[in-house]
Amino acid sequence: MNRGPYLFLGVFCAMALSWVGLILQPQLQIGWGRQETNVLNTLELYPQARPGLAQQGLQVYRSLGCATCHSRQIRQTGASFDVGLTGAGTNVPELVQAILKVKPDLTPAQATQQAERLPAILVASVDKATADAAVTNLSVGGAKAVANLVALGPDIARGWGSGRSVAADYLFEQPALLGSQRVGPDLANVGLRMPGRAWHFLHLYDPRAVVPGSVMPPYRFLFEARKVGAKPSPEVLRLSGPTPKFDAGGTRTNWTTPESIQLTAAAAPPSGFEIVPTDDAQALVAYLLSLRTDVPLFERPLSAALAPPGAGTTNVVVTPAPAPAPTPAPAP
Amino acid sequence: MASLKFHAPQLLAGSAWLTYGRLQPAATHALLYGFAVPAGLGVVLWLTARLGRVPLQLPGVAFVGGVVWNLGVKLGLLGILVGDSTGYEWLEMPRYAAPIVFAGYSLVAVSALLTFKDRRESQLYVSQWFVLAAVFWFPWIFSTAELLVSFAPLRGVMPTVVAWWYAGNLANLWFGFIGLAILFYLLPTLLNRPLYSQYHAMLAFWVLVLFGGGCGIPQSAPLPAWMPGVSTVCSLFTLVAVVAVAINLYRTSASGRPDGSPFPFALVVFSATAYVVAGFLNSAAALPSVAAITDFTFFTPARTQLWVYGFFGVAVFAAMYHILPRVLGFALPSSRLVKLHAGCAMTGLALSVAALASGGLAQGRGLNDPEVAFLEALRPGLMALRLSTLGDLLIFAGQLALCLNLAAALVGWCRRGFLPVLAAAAKPDAVEAGR
Repeated sequence: MNRGPYLFLGVFCAMALSWVGLILQPQLQIGWGRQETNVLNTLELYPQARPGLAQQGLQVYRSLGCATCHSRQIRQTGASFDVGLTGAGTNVPELVQAILKVKPDLTPAQATQQAERLPAILVASVDKATADAAVTNLSVGGAKAVANLVALGPDIARGWGSGRSVAADYLFEQPALLGSQRVGPDLANVGLRMPGRAWHFLHLYDPRAVVPGSVMPPYRFLFEARKVGAKPSPEVLRLSGPTPKFDAGGTRTNWTTPESIQLTAAAAPPSGFEIVPTDDAQALVAYLLSLRTDVPLFERPLSAALAPPGAGTTNVVVTPAPAPAPTPAPAP
Repeated sequence: MASLKFHAPQLLAGSAWLTYGRLQPAATHALLYGFAVPAGLGVVLWLTARLGRVPLQLPGVAFVGGVVWNLGVKLGLLGILVGDSTGYEWLEMPRYAAPIVFAGYSLVAVSALLTFKDRRESQLYVSQWFVLAAVFWFPWIFSTAELLVSFAPLRGVMPTVVAWWYAGNLANLWFGFIGLAILFYLLPTLLNRPLYSQYHAMLAFWVLVLFGGGCGIPQSAPLPAWMPGVSTVCSLFTLVAVVAVAINLYRTSASGRPDGSPFPFALVVFSATAYVVAGFLNSAAALPSVAAITDFTFFTPARTQLWVYGFFGVAVFAAMYHILPRVLGFALPSSRLVKLHAGCAMTGLALSVAALASGGLAQGRGLNDPEVAFLEALRPGLMALRLSTLGDLLIFAGQLALCLNLAAALVGWCRRGFLPVLAAAAKPDAVEAGR
């Protein structure tokens, strides 16, 4: 009996299972994804295609292999809820009673004080059920309370993002370079975290000048030294004047004492020359500045926008929108 | 070699060609397609002919295939250095190199399949199962991946999913299968006794065929949660195969002494150990709680290196030292160089993998503690990288010894004018072994 063909077929089917499971099925689920609605603002669609220069920048990013050292994905380990009070309503004594019910350890005097200083976070880091119960308890006499979702995880605690990365973030990325190493910090929200073009140019030109101890190689070949003409080129690297400095994790170190930067010896241009970014550098920086994933989606509920470092914490308190009608939405 | 760059980031900074972001993918490309796959193919041809008791069919086609493959890979390498990489790991080669590589593979595969078809030995040995499955599987995964990543790319994150699937399949069902075929053939042959259990081997085969291809999605992936979940389950199932292989090889070799040179045997033992250790590490890293620490750290390259180089590469070296004297008709010119190569390769690998793995764990713990500054968390990783550079240099020295030996052997072979048909099989290895 010749069982060869059957065996061959059996082996092929077994091996093809992984193709069905990890290519066909994902393609059916997320491959034809469309722009989603921002759950806080139904008029805004997400993601938006990047402007042309940033699209070119993605190709520079790919070509230079930036993804070899930089991931572009935020991991989230869970979520907790803060309960905030945004409006006191009309019946303050009743609200004070409600606050005492939610926070039994307060004295009536403290509770009254709480009811007067609004908006305020009353209960921090509780689960959804406790938060919802507190909101119900506090919503008396026209008082307004909200449950504010806080995403958790080391990546988020480092300020790299406000919530997990989801498949929709990469919808218009061609190629989508997620990266598998964190030799450098995550770049999913670098456009939000870092302060703008001038800083990025300096960082690419001479990383150690703005991030002491950085292990990033300098990308000086993205710049050219030009003889200073009658007036400086519009995009010339600003080597004097206050420049923000950061540690490698993205925390600004010199908010209080801005200082001039010191280029490393090898990077300093010869006198009479200025450093001008090439088209590739312009495109790359445009791309980096366009990187942000702070939009709340169905699969990434968020409450507060990512605050720029040091800008002071503003409590933007918003309730995550209820789950949309049963559309074939991807599982979270 | 790319790891040298971390000692001085300023080094070579002047040139776009040699920036780390290009060198590193180029090195991966060279290791996978310049060394691992062609060396594996060479062994495939020899095993198919040997186990089928038939001379290689269409050796000229296989030889041309090897040349075409190497041309494609070199073009790809150049492409990556000038910035044409696709950006997807293990699929870095630019679009224009892929069809050439594919054509080269197909020519070699045709020769292997015809040889298998004309076999005179009716009883199939387990190694033939593994080899045959792998030979068939590569064109399927490679063409699928190239099509969906480079030629008609899917949207958004999907090409990344395809690349992960491809890498998982290439690792488990190509390197894994051919490595196991070599171990299952060499160990009994060197010890001159039968394999402990064909059934254990078949169990491993079927488990891997079913679950080996589903392991590629990392836990950190920004995808619906079931996809990494599937990979976790598949990775845990592959442990069954790892254990079956471990029992089988251990029982086969128990209290056995090889006759002849100890070096193929030592390499086989090292490779088998690497397989078992890497199998357990891979499954562990697929657990979400472990992946939370190990993902994005040097632990991942440590696993890759142990698998591709420690298990597969060393198995191929063992096979080469077993095959070459038989193909050439005389012993390799220098047994001291063999000793040097084997010693350097094994020490260097152990050093490099241990450093990267432990450094990666420390780095992962640091990254997971937001109180630890980023550069502070990176420090143990960089330390490990320095140690692993030392390991890589040892490996490189070993490779030089191998090249020297092969070159001497080739010279000797030409002088004798001795032309066994199978020499074509060894050719691709010889060209690329030094990467």
